[in-house]
Amino acid sequence: MLQNKSFVKRTRGGKITKVVREHYLRHDIYCGAPICKVCDTSQARLSPTPSTILIFDTNVVLNQIDLLENPAIDDVVVLSIVLEEVKNRNLSVYNRVRALCSNSLRKFFVFSNEHHKDTYVTEMSGESKNDRNDRAIRVAAQWYQSHLAGSARILLITNDKENKRKAIEEGISAETVESYVRSLSRPDLLDLLVQPASEDVNMEEVEDLRPSKRKIIYTEHKPMSEITSGLHRGIYHQGKLRVNRYNPFEAYVGSESIGDEIIIYGRTNMNRAFDGDIVAVELLPQDQWHEEKSLALADEEDEEEDVHLVPGSADDAPWTTAQPPGSAGVTESISSRPSGRVVGIIKRNWHSYCGSLEPMAMPAGSGGVAHALFASKDRRIPKIRIHTRQLENLLDKRIVVAVDSWDRLSRYPSGHYVRTIGQIGDRDTETEVVLIENDINTRPFSSQVLACLPPLPWSVSSEDLANSIRQDLRQLRVFSVDPPGCKDIDDALQCTSLPNGNYEVGVHIADVTNFVHSDTPLDDEASQRGTSVYLVERRIDMLPKPLTEDVCSLRADVERLAFSVIWEMTPEAEIISTRYTKSVIKSCAALSYIEAQARMDDSRLMDPLTTDLRNMNALAKIMRERRIQRGALTLASAEVKFQIDTETHDPLDIGMYQIREANQMVEEFMLAANVSVAEKILKHFPLCSLLRRHPTPTREMLEPLLRTAAAVGLNLDVSSSKALADSLDSAVADDPYFNKLIRILATRCMTQAVYFSSGDLSPPEYLHYGLAAPLYTHFTSPIRRYADVIVHRLLAASLGIQKLPAIFQDGTRLTSIADNLNYRHRNAQMASRASVELHTLIFFRKRPTDTEARIVRIRSNGFFVFVPKYGIEGPVYLTPRGDKEGGEWFVDEQQQKIRKMDGSMSYSVLQTVFIHLEIVEPQPNRPKLQLTLV
Amino acid sequence: MEYVSPEGLRLDGRRPMEMRQIRAEIGVVAKAAGSALFEMGNTKVIAAVYGPREVQNRSQQLNDSALVRCEYTMANFSTGDRMRKPKGDRRSTEISLVIRQTMEACIMTHLMPRSQIDIFVQVLQADGGTRSACINAASLALADAGIPMRDLVTSCSAGYLNSTPLLDLNYIEDSAGGADVTLGILPKLDKVTLLQMDAKLSVETFENVMQLAIEGCKAVATYIREVLLENTKQLEYRRGI
Repeated sequence: MLQNKSFVKRTRGGKITKVVREHYLRHDIYCGAPICKVCDTSQARLSPTPSTILIFDTNVVLNQIDLLENPAIDDVVVLSIVLEEVKNRNLSVYNRVRALCSNSLRKFFVFSNEHHKDTYVTEMSGESKNDRNDRAIRVAAQWYQSHLAGSARILLITNDKENKRKAIEEGISAETVESYVRSLSRPDLLDLLVQPASEDVNMEEVEDLRPSKRKIIYTEHKPMSEITSGLHRGIYHQGKLRVNRYNPFEAYVGSESIGDEIIIYGRTNMNRAFDGDIVAVELLPQDQWHEEKSLALADEEDEEEDVHLVPGSADDAPWTTAQPPGSAGVTESISSRPSGRVVGIIKRNWHSYCGSLEPMAMPAGSGGVAHALFASKDRRIPKIRIHTRQLENLLDKRIVVAVDSWDRLSRYPSGHYVRTIGQIGDRDTETEVVLIENDINTRPFSSQVLACLPPLPWSVSSEDLANSIRQDLRQLRVFSVDPPGCKDIDDALQCTSLPNGNYEVGVHIADVTNFVHSDTPLDDEASQRGTSVYLVERRIDMLPKPLTEDVCSLRADVERLAFSVIWEMTPEAEIISTRYTKSVIKSCAALSYIEAQARMDDSRLMDPLTTDLRNMNALAKIMRERRIQRGALTLASAEVKFQIDTETHDPLDIGMYQIREANQMVEEFMLAANVSVAEKILKHFPLCSLLRRHPTPTREMLEPLLRTAAAVGLNLDVSSSKALADSLDSAVADDPYFNKLIRILATRCMTQAVYFSSGDLSPPEYLHYGLAAPLYTHFTSPIRRYADVIVHRLLAASLGIQKLPAIFQDGTRLTSIADNLNYRHRNAQMASRASVELHTLIFFRKRPTDTEARIVRIRSNGFFVFVPKYGIEGPVYLTPRGDKEGGEWFVDEQQQKIRKMDGSMSYSVLQTVFIHLEIVEPQPNRPKLQLTLV
Repeated sequence: MEYVSPEGLRLDGRRPMEMRQIRAEIGVVAKAAGSALFEMGNTKVIAAVYGPREVQNRSQQLNDSALVRCEYTMANFSTGDRMRKPKGDRRSTEISLVIRQTMEACIMTHLMPRSQIDIFVQVLQADGGTRSACINAASLALADAGIPMRDLVTSCSAGYLNSTPLLDLNYIEDSAGGADVTLGILPKLDKVTLLQMDAKLSVETFENVMQLAIEGCKAVATYIREVLLENTKQLEYRRGI
């Protein structure tokens, strides 16, 4: 049946046009209930004997999505008109509903009422669009009622009074969300409910009791029309708000219109914006630009610095390091950075947050509704006010909370409880928090994904051997060197002496793309996950376990498929020729770094494997030397290693991760393979290669390093990576740890390397600063990084052995893949750091320790120390907290010193101090690591 | 954007392999030798054929075959925004050429030397797939004019959006930027006379999309044949045979 839909639309040019679209009504849209005798039930998703079938209206879906996600709500018919409206209003809710509808464990069925011949309604004259849609929902509900005729109860859930009244008049049973949830008699579900707008009145009543808080706290957001015109006229600037990870009262808005970042100080200026919101900002007059600078570190409430791991790069480091607080000498230098205030929010980035409730006394009448403040684990998020009926259960739990609204009268946004993760401080709970915070998918692989795996047990077949693209390298002496206990071995090495005195050096990488084909569910999943995540006690794989640990892993003494890069090298490590091929190898040994090192060091061993190792090591040393000559930086990091109790999984000991020659040897060949592959793929695909670049740090970013260095009388030349590398080399003092310390400080001034598609940038920007390589990519770990999978496909295509998948022709797709990889990569790093932090906390719980530490940063009321032994960094307060104007201590900015007024004591940067590490619990259930001077 | 919902419905409620409603009428322009109106959903075109007749411009006359000329225009009211397009813009010139070449391939021009056949097609209402609709209309009009043809040419478009091959794209789907394959075939002879595609597709997907377009063309052919048969019956009846 054909129906024309016509409506009037305003075009981008501002003209009004009438649009007519065809709208086909169908007979073959089924109800989705398996009990139905008329419909085709092959696609049915509802349960066989549903007691009640729920139909939600648009506003309920939009507001109560957390309730819908709870497994208690099932047998839901989602109408297409509702989906459409939700999609227009809030895309993230739409995606969540879609996820529910496609989740095979839930019984959500999408009924395309808009295309069903009996449920399509035409707009009546004088009827608004909303009324028409409400009527469509009612018609659909009625249709279901008569269609299933008594075999199931149809319940329309709507919070709209008018809609409910009309529904009941038309003989449809309808209820509000609240009364429905009450009828389920599950008090925990009630917490999931978003309080409807009428609750605002209640809220004010509550605040009325505290007259001081009754005042308007935030300025009103400007209406959208005003924002649009303001943006147009250049008064306002649009951008994404990013809150400083280390100081939640300071935020940045990267604005394209003024080409700089606008700083926003304080919650009042942030005006209820959250991290990640797209906001409109108005610049403050220039004389106010540095006004609130000292406030930037002063805390409005009780926010505090925590002990944390040493940042790995500038991206994780506190921004405030660039602007030392306190002294007046620096204020002028930063006044050039514009500051502003938020006038409106263009797009909210609200989602759910992990954290815990602020400790509070139990209200007298237990069991009733209590108001509580929720503090997110992510410090960038303000506290959130929630209502709960289960306060006593939640106080010592980690919970997930979603934000609903933030009105002008309230200091905090209001939200609702979503779910409980577990006990605070429990290792599993905290690990889960880390994973949720970093948006890491830990769900088991779906059956569609697992269906893409090769039949197990898998072994190299005769077809693989007969394949002309695959070279048989099984006779070669190939071995792998990895950390002890490594199961996902993705690289193996080989070094053969040639008769002419040269070496044939091979890097063999697991041939993952032989199993992960593009455009399969497996590939999509891997591309979404982006990388494997390594936590202290567990690993979250990018590919299903059989692939990760068996089929792809280049284990010893089994035949495996590989993608090989083979060079002919002179004994001086000059590459004469490079060859790329798919191959079959059989690794003869899977060594750990320690074993490999021991073999090389043991002069009695003369077996061929050890000789190979020594030859490779000699080559690697030359290559490394040459790379450093070119200006590659040797940066140090303070990685720590835990010894984990095999039974309880509690950490037994921590220590710095030791880097051996064997590590460097493997790293060197991996770098060389990556560079060779990058050259090859870029030559064939100049516009769609996936490369990795490391931007040159700006002078500004290196500022903290230079200041520290100057304070200890060291002059660093940062004009180029080569100059920096040289001056880092010459930075030696009597103190053996000094050089490493300077390198660690240098590392945190660097930005992170990122993936990009070569079509997006110009060749000079491809540079990898840290490695001093004009081109670089990732090729050597396809089991645990998706970038390498893409590069494998590119390389295979450049060799002409496989066709290039279609997505490479789509520049925007490729860019979005690269962006996702960067995001996942960064999150994975953050998660592993957080996991280490968590284990450090567990470790010190039972072991208060005294140890040596180095001062890395001076603050007005103390200093930050770095504890080399445990790789952590944290504040040591000289004056008690809260006592800002102690006045006893005085900071010398030039020399980076903090002195007691009477001159009796002074501390300077990089000085060694002895500190005491202990876990304290200032508030119940909130353990934290405290550092005090001994 | 989502052009095919997870329920398998397109924006207008069709399934990926379904065509829009088609309708054809013969003899809508009394003055012409043959004429037809062809609708594919909201796309509506009219075609009129004049000839075979004397060649107007003697210098163009071909001694061994008939001269086929084609003119494609879009009515000013055919799209929502009433834009005045200059006559003979690049797009219409190209489509005129495409239609002429497609029709030339099926007309038995060698039977009518030193004569001229004019095909006029005009789009009355545009909603994607005008090229195909014009070819189908022209084919019907030629048949109505009784011009000897090897076979009926029929045409249909197909595209590829959201990783799904779609048959008979409407305007929204057409302007989505995905690949758009317009195919013209001689259904009885199983030959392709027109194949156009904008954007890129991998060979495998292209084959699927093309296969779908072939199915579409065949369906159009069946319908056109029915219409012609019905028309012939009418003529027969009127003659009183």
